[in-house]
Amino acid sequence: MNEKTMLEENKHFEEIIAEESICTNENLVYEKPETLTDIPMHYCPGCGHGVAHRIIAEAIAELGIQEDTIGVAPVGCSVFAYNYFNIDMTEAAHGRASAAATGIKRVLPEKYVFSYQGDGDLAAIGTGETIHTCNRGENILIVFINNGIYGMTGGQMAPTTLPGMKSTTSPFGRDVAMMGYPLKITDLIATLPGVYYATRCAVNTPNNVRKAKKAILNSFKYQKEKKGLCFVEIVTNCPSNWKMTPLESNKWLEENMLPYYPLGDLKTPNGKGE
Amino acid sequence: MKELKLMKGNEALAEAVIRVGCDGYFGYPITPQSEILEYLSKEAYVRTGMIVLQAESEIASINMIYGAAGTGKKVMTSSSSPGISLMQEGISYIACAELPCLLVNVVRGGPGLGTIQPSQGDYFQAVKGGGHGDYKLIVIAPSTVQEMVDHVKLGFDLAFKWRNPVMILADGALGQMMEKVELFEQIQRSFNPPSWATVGKPKNRERNFITSLHMEPEAMEEINKHLQAKYKKIEEEEIRFEKYMCDDADIILTAFGLVARICKKTAMLAREKGIKVGVFRPITLFPFPYDELNKLADNVKGFLDVEMNAGQMLEDVKLAVNGKTVVEFHGRMGGIVPAPEEILHKIEEKFSVEAL
Repeated sequence: MNEKTMLEENKHFEEIIAEESICTNENLVYEKPETLTDIPMHYCPGCGHGVAHRIIAEAIAELGIQEDTIGVAPVGCSVFAYNYFNIDMTEAAHGRASAAATGIKRVLPEKYVFSYQGDGDLAAIGTGETIHTCNRGENILIVFINNGIYGMTGGQMAPTTLPGMKSTTSPFGRDVAMMGYPLKITDLIATLPGVYYATRCAVNTPNNVRKAKKAILNSFKYQKEKKGLCFVEIVTNCPSNWKMTPLESNKWLEENMLPYYPLGDLKTPNGKGE
Repeated sequence: MKELKLMKGNEALAEAVIRVGCDGYFGYPITPQSEILEYLSKEAYVRTGMIVLQAESEIASINMIYGAAGTGKKVMTSSSSPGISLMQEGISYIACAELPCLLVNVVRGGPGLGTIQPSQGDYFQAVKGGGHGDYKLIVIAPSTVQEMVDHVKLGFDLAFKWRNPVMILADGALGQMMEKVELFEQIQRSFNPPSWATVGKPKNRERNFITSLHMEPEAMEEINKHLQAKYKKIEEEEIRFEKYMCDDADIILTAFGLVARICKKTAMLAREKGIKVGVFRPITLFPFPYDELNKLADNVKGFLDVEMNAGQMLEDVKLAVNGKTVVEFHGRMGGIVPAPEEILHKIEEKFSVEAL
């Protein structure tokens, strides 16, 4: 579906809403920030990407840095992130988003730069770039979406796939003796002196969404103060490739993902984890 | 004021990079071109504020270039053969996204880890693609240390004129040897972001995004058609070559880069013996001077293509000559540089010299 058809479809829904006359000021409780475009997202129902995009967009809008922010999209489900953020963006090669972000930040040090990367992108093919970007203490924000699976290519095993977890390339469950262990890359990079702030969040409950947004806001503030690299992991779900309903996937996330990837700060400006 | 200096090829190139007002260099050490990174690390930032960053790999370097070139800044990287191989995915992205930047390959002998001695074994990689998909680099081949300097300026001019990556295809000997060079004056760094650059979206324009992803085949074909049309225009406008004693020549040596210089010496030696030899040197390898070479084919007994590889530019020479006359080949590989006398001997061997 191209941009034009999507916008037409959007207009259609707008017309329905208008007919029902509920679009009145007193009913307004929630607005789309100007940092998001009108293009409907392609993400599956219940997927965490949409919420993650939104909180980043809200943070940029609230800080008033839309004109000064450049984002880098990865290869993966969020490859089209540049369609949704109403800011200048670059779509990087698989795994290289943090290198591209480094290039941008180094020649435009006064701008805000962030990369948005999935687990395959950041913690498998791009592990080298991730670690070295963090180790150099590049003054950027890396948002790391961890759903334990390759989404765009159709549910293959990711570096973060849990032990025993089934995927199309671990059809009998991840056998750690054969396939190795899930990589807790945020714990790993939190040990690097170049990293100023590393935290693990989720967007599965309203409270967690608020905390994740706060982490993004803090990261941009630290970037303004030139504090170094900020790393925000967002543990999320993948209903389609986990083969669950959105509700089931959220429950599974709480019962399986979060015990392995516990939420909280791994490195804070005070130098300590939570 | 113009300045004369005795400089190593790699250092002369690095000096030109500073003087041209380059904004950023991202690279990784590899012989025989590490002096470029070393020289820039010492000189660039203190003199012009140019960013110099040693990346963790060539893959990271080229993707830093991808990001930085997208801002419209003047950026470059350099490497040697195995390192350039690692960069190919990124180069394909850069070509598709039409980002201007300068790439330098100081070629060493391959394949594999090969040798650190000079070679021209990356002609195919540079000129015919290298990475995936239908794209072209503008490729320029210096033959002197002076041209290592001049081609930096030319390279950036062409890159920004055509929104296309430009590669300087040198070799290990050009990088390492010292010659007298005339340096151009320092050009002040300046920044006027192009309309397409990702520098932050002002309120009064639509967002810019840089991508090489176009999911609909029709859209992707349009991108390809646009690129091909651009390459065709580049072929019409940017061909550069040098002719040396070709006017009365019976035999023309075709060679690029360092080998063309050696061939000039061969031509002199041949003429002392009464054999009329000329040299045709493509300066741009893409676009290749097919038509000029084709015209020359009308008046000669034959061509001898000489390269430091197994015969790569040879294919383009044959395409240009198009069967009009004979095209012979002499190549050395693995880091061996052919000597003028050796080439002369080949002329005598391949062509019946008495008949000339």
